[in-house]
Amino acid sequence: MLPVTYYIALSAVLFILGAVGVLIRRNLIVIFMSVELMLNAANLAFVAFARYYQSMSGQVFVFFIMAVAAAEVAVGLSLIVAIYRSRRTIDVDEMSEMKG
Amino acid sequence: MTLDVILFLLLALIAVAAAVGMLLSKNTMHAALFLVLNFITLAVFYLILGGPFISMAQITVYTGAIMVLFLFAIMLLGAEPLRGKDKLPWQYRLALVLGGLLLLESGYFLFFRRTGLDMSGTAALPEGFGGSYALADTLFKGYALPMEVAGVLLLVAMVGVIVLTKWNESRR
Repeated sequence: MLPVTYYIALSAVLFILGAVGVLIRRNLIVIFMSVELMLNAANLAFVAFARYYQSMSGQVFVFFIMAVAAAEVAVGLSLIVAIYRSRRTIDVDEMSEMKG
Repeated sequence: MTLDVILFLLLALIAVAAAVGMLLSKNTMHAALFLVLNFITLAVFYLILGGPFISMAQITVYTGAIMVLFLFAIMLLGAEPLRGKDKLPWQYRLALVLGGLLLLESGYFLFFRRTGLDMSGTAALPEGFGGSYALADTLFKGYALPMEVAGVLLLVAMVGVIVLTKWNESRR
């Protein structure tokens, strides 16, 4: 069994890749997928620590994160579709004003 | 031990490569499929870390439900790359520099400072750890109220999505 630090390091790398993706991409859907990547990196850290401390609480929290992610994806994607319907684009650089 | 390390490095390579592929692919559909590959690799990691139930939940909920939602949205909105020039070219380089800094920081804290974590590998697991019985035991005995709240959250999200779509249709 590997030390837990390896898994935490991998989780950090994935989280940073997700954060960079949020910053560099202009496509709203890809930005959203990067957020999912960050959530999954956090999940990996939770499961690794659950293994390390031999406690099921970490895995239960991964369950909650999955539920929240499902709700977030449903609302977020419907918002993206609504934005696309009114603006005809999903480029975030085009969305620089609050007026609908 | 060496087999463990090789397996970990191979899977980590696949996960990171899939994440980078998601960031760099111009086609949104390809990005979504790269993300599916990443999620499946994470499910294998969960299996290694003693969470068979959570691993299957990862496959069914994330790659089965959430990514299918993404694919639906992509099919609705089109997968082709965005037209128009990048208005903020400096943002790209700044993001890469900041991401590199964050990576250095986390590497420093994980490997060159005392984190209090045991580096010698983790102890053997008790019988039934991570199975559906152990998970349900913790979930319903220790986290019953949060589970109810999560259920309400899913219901509210569902109603919210319906309202958002209907509101758009009535406004047009």
